[in-house]
Amino acid sequence: MIIHSIFFYIFSIIAVFSAIMVTVSRNTVHSVFFLILDFISISCLFIMIGAEFIGMIMLIVYVGAVAVLFLFVVMMFNVSQQNNEQLREKKNFNHIPIGLLISTVIFFELIIVAGGWKYKPELLKSFSSIGIDSSTTNTHEIGNVLYTDYIHVFQLSGMILLVAMIGAIVLTFRKREGIKRQSYFKQISRERNEAVELVDVEKNKGVNVDV
Amino acid sequence: MIEYLNILFAEVYKILFLLIPVLVSVAMIVWLDRRVWAFVQKRRGPNVVGPFGLFQSLADALKYIFKEIIIPASANKIIFILAPIITMTLALISWAVIPFDEDFVLADINVGILYLFAVSSLGVYGIIMGGWASNSKYPFLGAIRSAAQMVSYEVSIGVIIINVLLCVGSLNLTDIVLAQEKLWFVIPLFPMFVIFFISALAETNRPPFDLPEAEAELVAGYQTEYSGMMYAMFWLGEYANILLMCSLGSILFLGGWLSPIDLYPFSLVPSPLWLIFKILLLFILFSLVKAIVPRYRYDQLMKLGWKIFLPLSLIWVVLTASYLFYFNLLPTN
Repeated sequence: MIIHSIFFYIFSIIAVFSAIMVTVSRNTVHSVFFLILDFISISCLFIMIGAEFIGMIMLIVYVGAVAVLFLFVVMMFNVSQQNNEQLREKKNFNHIPIGLLISTVIFFELIIVAGGWKYKPELLKSFSSIGIDSSTTNTHEIGNVLYTDYIHVFQLSGMILLVAMIGAIVLTFRKREGIKRQSYFKQISRERNEAVELVDVEKNKGVNVDV
Repeated sequence: MIEYLNILFAEVYKILFLLIPVLVSVAMIVWLDRRVWAFVQKRRGPNVVGPFGLFQSLADALKYIFKEIIIPASANKIIFILAPIITMTLALISWAVIPFDEDFVLADINVGILYLFAVSSLGVYGIIMGGWASNSKYPFLGAIRSAAQMVSYEVSIGVIIINVLLCVGSLNLTDIVLAQEKLWFVIPLFPMFVIFFISALAETNRPPFDLPEAEAELVAGYQTEYSGMMYAMFWLGEYANILLMCSLGSILFLGGWLSPIDLYPFSLVPSPLWLIFKILLLFILFSLVKAIVPRYRYDQLMKLGWKIFLPLSLIWVVLTASYLFYFNLLPTN
């Protein structure tokens, strides 16, 4: 168990450190990289408590997809320079009260959640009334619960995601004029007689090629 | 404490026994790639160093080691150095879950296929970091291209993996291979195998999808500013990834370590050799494709990934699930 706790402390120290660095580091791209490090170390913690499915899904979804998009946006806008100049010149502390407020609220919420488990062990039991069978794997257990008891909630969340996706596409899609799009079908189905034409060119007049 | 140390040493021993052959075979595979490529084009390829030019990669490695590592003045130094290291590490750690035989695997974890998928989706970071940290136009363009490309093709690879998982009923790689004892999945899921192969080409930035390093447009893409051993590490990581994709393909579709027919002359061959043979077969296909297919245009690449492969593999998931459900063949455990 010693090794287990050593690894736990290593990962949690990395997680806390990188979480702090996300907010502290001056370069925005660096903070995204620290965010990724944070995700990875948290998924390691998930794997250590035996939730390997959630850990892997966290890696695939958050690190493999979401953080890549974050990185894209941050790199494209190149916000790092602008923000740095603003920060250095103004020394503006207006954001501190609201930040403190939100962080105290989150802190007390965490205390309530963790304290509930700590001081009322029977609270934990009511959550685990599903009856976890240790002979099957995590993935089977999650599937058994997700696709039976919670199938409606699951499908509802799928619908919400679909609506959000369609909304995002509708909002950002714009039809641009004057773009030549390639259509394989059109290209392949072209015959010789509609593609080639013999024209007698009159002197000093030329031929209009555009169709 | 000594107990722990013993376990630790045993594990390190196993890891070394896995990693050194992988690294050597990566070097050999580079040579094989160049030879196949040369034979298709009626050239000889590397044939000077050693018998058949077998030690060419070794000579190349020596050359890279003794070259100077140049870090551009405006580069972001830490990330610039981290990028090849990350590419290399990610390419190597995924070998931990590849089963070479029943009980001949470093880490037989429950979610092996998810682990492989996660690690291969992390592989994009090496490229993005390298391209961004170089602080130069061509690497940045290459990095953005490759990130978009890898993210898009990952989606279809994920859906194809779901197809296989529907037939197996487990995320463990050993279980996936054992489920193919009667019938390799390449036969019922042949269209998925083809799509997987093409997506694997795109995922590993191989020709005809090597747009991130298209030398005609982007010099060398994200590798432009790299030199010496750092360039070689990118290179090794890339080839280790290709090998990994080949082994994933042979585990998912070609029955992993299983022999094609369980009869006398075939059963004499040790099972790890079958896996290696299948990996080599897929790899030769990879290099043949490199030699005979011209490079895709970028919009065609995106169209292929999102508009053709994703819908096709989704439809196939529905078909597989319906078939298995209707004939009551869904795996139960």
